[in-house]
Amino acid sequence: MDPTVSLLLNGIVSGLLLGGLYAAAASGLAVSFGMLDIVNIAHPALMVAGGFAVILIGTALGLDPLLVAVLQAPVFYLLGTGIYRAYNHFFERRGDEALQGLAFFFGVMFIIEVGLVMLFGPEQRFLDPDYAFVTWRLGEIDVPLRMLAPALLAMAAIGALWLFLTRSFTGLAIAAVAQDPEALRLMAVDPVRIKRMAFGISVALAAVAGGALVVVQPIDPSSHHVFIGRVFAICIMGGMASLSGAVMAAFLFGVVENVTATFYGPSWSPAVAFGWLLLVLAVRPQGLFGRAA
Amino acid sequence: MSATTLPAPAMPTARLHLSYWLGAGALAVALILLLRLIGNEYGWYAGYFVLQYVVLAAAWNILGGYAGYVNFGAAGFMATGSYTTIVLYEALGLGVIPGILGAAVVAGLLGLGTGYLTLRLRGVYFSIATLSLSVVLQTIVVNWDYVGGSRGAYIIRPMEVPPFASYGEYIFVVMLVLAVIAVGIGRTVEFSRLGRGLQAIRDNERAAEAVGVPTLRLKLIATTLSGALMGVAGAPLPFYAGYLNPEGAFNLAYAVNAIAMPLIGGAGTWLGPVIGAVLLATLQQAATVTISSALNLWIVGWMLVIFVALFPRGILGWFRRR
Amino acid sequence: MTELTRRGLGRAALAGALTASAFPAIAQDSNPIRIGYSMSLSGGLAANGRSALLAQRIWAEDVNARGGLLGRPVQLVTYDDQSNPANVPSLYTKLIDVDKVDIVTSPYATAMIAPSMPVVMQRGMTYVSLFGAGVNERLKYNRYFSMNVTGDDIKGTYARGFLECTKMLPNPPRTISILAVDNDFAQRAAESVRTLAREYGLRIVYDRSYPPSTVDFTPTVRAIQAARPDVVFFASYPPDSNGILRAVSELRMTAALFGGGMIGPQIAAVQAQLGPILNNLVNWDVYSPEPTMKFPGVDAFQEKYRARAPQEQTDVLGNYLQPYAYAQMQVVEQALARTGKVDQAALAEDMRANSFGTIVGDIRFSALGEWAKERNLFVQFQNITDGDLEKYRKPGTKVILYPPELKSGSLKTPYGAPA
Repeated sequence: MDPTVSLLLNGIVSGLLLGGLYAAAASGLAVSFGMLDIVNIAHPALMVAGGFAVILIGTALGLDPLLVAVLQAPVFYLLGTGIYRAYNHFFERRGDEALQGLAFFFGVMFIIEVGLVMLFGPEQRFLDPDYAFVTWRLGEIDVPLRMLAPALLAMAAIGALWLFLTRSFTGLAIAAVAQDPEALRLMAVDPVRIKRMAFGISVALAAVAGGALVVVQPIDPSSHHVFIGRVFAICIMGGMASLSGAVMAAFLFGVVENVTATFYGPSWSPAVAFGWLLLVLAVRPQGLFGRAA
Repeated sequence: MSATTLPAPAMPTARLHLSYWLGAGALAVALILLLRLIGNEYGWYAGYFVLQYVVLAAAWNILGGYAGYVNFGAAGFMATGSYTTIVLYEALGLGVIPGILGAAVVAGLLGLGTGYLTLRLRGVYFSIATLSLSVVLQTIVVNWDYVGGSRGAYIIRPMEVPPFASYGEYIFVVMLVLAVIAVGIGRTVEFSRLGRGLQAIRDNERAAEAVGVPTLRLKLIATTLSGALMGVAGAPLPFYAGYLNPEGAFNLAYAVNAIAMPLIGGAGTWLGPVIGAVLLATLQQAATVTISSALNLWIVGWMLVIFVALFPRGILGWFRRR
Repeated sequence: MTELTRRGLGRAALAGALTASAFPAIAQDSNPIRIGYSMSLSGGLAANGRSALLAQRIWAEDVNARGGLLGRPVQLVTYDDQSNPANVPSLYTKLIDVDKVDIVTSPYATAMIAPSMPVVMQRGMTYVSLFGAGVNERLKYNRYFSMNVTGDDIKGTYARGFLECTKMLPNPPRTISILAVDNDFAQRAAESVRTLAREYGLRIVYDRSYPPSTVDFTPTVRAIQAARPDVVFFASYPPDSNGILRAVSELRMTAALFGGGMIGPQIAAVQAQLGPILNNLVNWDVYSPEPTMKFPGVDAFQEKYRARAPQEQTDVLGNYLQPYAYAQMQVVEQALARTGKVDQAALAEDMRANSFGTIVGDIRFSALGEWAKERNLFVQFQNITDGDLEKYRKPGTKVILYPPELKSGSLKTPYGAPA
């Protein structure tokens, strides 16, 4: 194969795998930020907290990090409903969510990050399953399981979420609450309860994403900084309330970053990725995959 | 003082403004005299730390507080100011004051550019756009060797600037003047037609447009003014520290504090950011030198959460309601 | 004064000899020598900052157990700078003006040391810094002394040891690749290898930087692989060093000489995670427990450090900057002991004139305050089969290849087993 073509193909494949991790991180946000309009800037911090929980439990019990990630999701669901209760009580109910709600989540982000430093220290932590050191080779294309396994878990979680949102009554109600909470009330469904469940789900997804992150790289309490800009960018490019749009945008973001890194050096890849977001926002504010308002 | 804090439209505006400038000037002089009396270099440095946040919070408030456009990229604007100073120093050997003027121009133009983004972007989209802008700016600075790139830039500052007792006092006084000006500008905006227009935009942009408020022009003025003042807040930083690197200039703490301080004090009022900045920055500075562990940042996080939960209109709003 | 000092010394020494717990008693009834500095105990630099602080606390306890300095107990006054350079100036004015410390020493790393310099210079304080690189190049402060192995001329010397290793290869290499993270130290390292490469007959086939926020290094490593370099030089920071080496192993990249100035493989947690991936990596380092580096006192220090590291949640081995943090304080200690008083000018004079025997060897300072003779180590990781850390306490795991006077083994090549 021509070396340039091989580089390009590998750049795309590794970009898709990276996109899988981004999709894991962004899917929960697509629910809270995209559907509920809750600007949960602490989402990546919750993901890292999930990662620490995975390492703690996984090391203690000798379990696979991805398995632990799924098992711990219900606990984070409860945590999420708790956070939403506070958010709703203090901000949403009063109509203060725009500014004050944002500051609230800023504070939560700080509390989580510093809390992790106090609990675990600032050192990097890791938990590597054996398969994370295996790489599949398909012709000239390399597929490291370190990236593939988390991407597959992310796809499975997002698939389950999609089925839930499109097939179950509660899921449909979540999709509807974004559009018209009053209509729900007429159907005798409590929109606050629906939103609470939806937010719980988004935090549970953050915990799953934390497990994915642990397989990909060692983590420390400040690991989430890298993801804040990216996951919001992905949700916006994906067109907010659209789960499939967010997934597409995550893959695109990963591919753009990695192809840029392959051919022009990694130095410019964040600027290219975020510059591209600025361009999208300026020209097509509803996102690449969103419908026109 | 309390007479000027309450909006009193009955009073002639000119007299109201005059009382602010006189009051603020007197307060500033009193502060300098007090710190001189203590005769302690630490006072100047800690004071600078607090005052830079007063400027930053007041600047953020013009766009975020009055018009309701939340800027996540305050660190980017502030760093623009800092790096303008560094460029002027490297290229022409200029000092703090020209650096501040240059920073106002450059960051103001950047603000104008962001203003054009607001033509199409509202709410959280605008916030994310400003966050992205900050990332792009940081990447540019990191790759720009002339200002030191990722290595950072050194500034060899003069040992002393007569008639000031020390450079610490000088840089403090500079920041104090900037703070008085920034808060004064915020106050002028609040009581002017511009401020009322911005408040109309915050309450309902479409309705404001429908009744003939020139929303576009007002937003452009607000973004430019806010951007310029944020740049001014960062301009003396290289001289204060003698060294600046991109990680320091684009520190997350600036973005967080720029939002947290006006909110805690009371966003959308000229005095709110001052109260928030003085309270939070003093607390941070005090915590840094007393508790001195990760715990102090933790306290800031809890402070923020508790304050916005219990005092949604800030401290000022809480007092006014009583 | 002398009379009093001598009597005080005797009393303190007696107390120290009687029991270690006598220290609080001394602290109360005599006027301590206060050494002030800020350290990064939270934020990005905290991992190294915390372990440096532990090393310095051990030093203070050692000194106090011996009866203190100049007959006075030593007290450390420290603040957390949160890894934020903007916090540093006010902390140092606080230390000097409010806490009125007798001596100031530096925070950890260039980005934190540099903003402390104007304050320190204004007061004419004698200043021993920890792991700064080229801080004094432009400032030329004559009371600045640096505890770092890199010396005056980083550009001209840093990468020499690495490139010297090319001479140990069976076939002379022709090409080299350079990848460096966008930060101060890594960029200086890259500049050095760039400058020196030609002297060693190496053509640069890849030369790029990457931003610290990079998540996936696969595309970058693949681009380097496509350039087919014989020698691979990375200058990286944690956690990126981790990501790079993982990507390298996944792509089965090999090279005759591989490594460079990666920060990370010196740290216990990274060694535990990467295990055999580190085999044959040739990397910059500052300390290795090889027989050639058994300086007096270093074993005793490491034993104390390792006993306390787990509960302090810091690096469990202490094979990196920790002995240097201890040695930094030893410089202060010896200068104080020689001059006999807290006098900044006299201390600086003493540090310029004399050599210091520390647990990291004998040190003499240059006119700029750097080490007069640089000592960049290049070590090779050898015989690693798993992530167990016990072997890093013993010789033979981090074999020193350079400098020649400390050499403790021979180069193994290539890095990365062919598939």
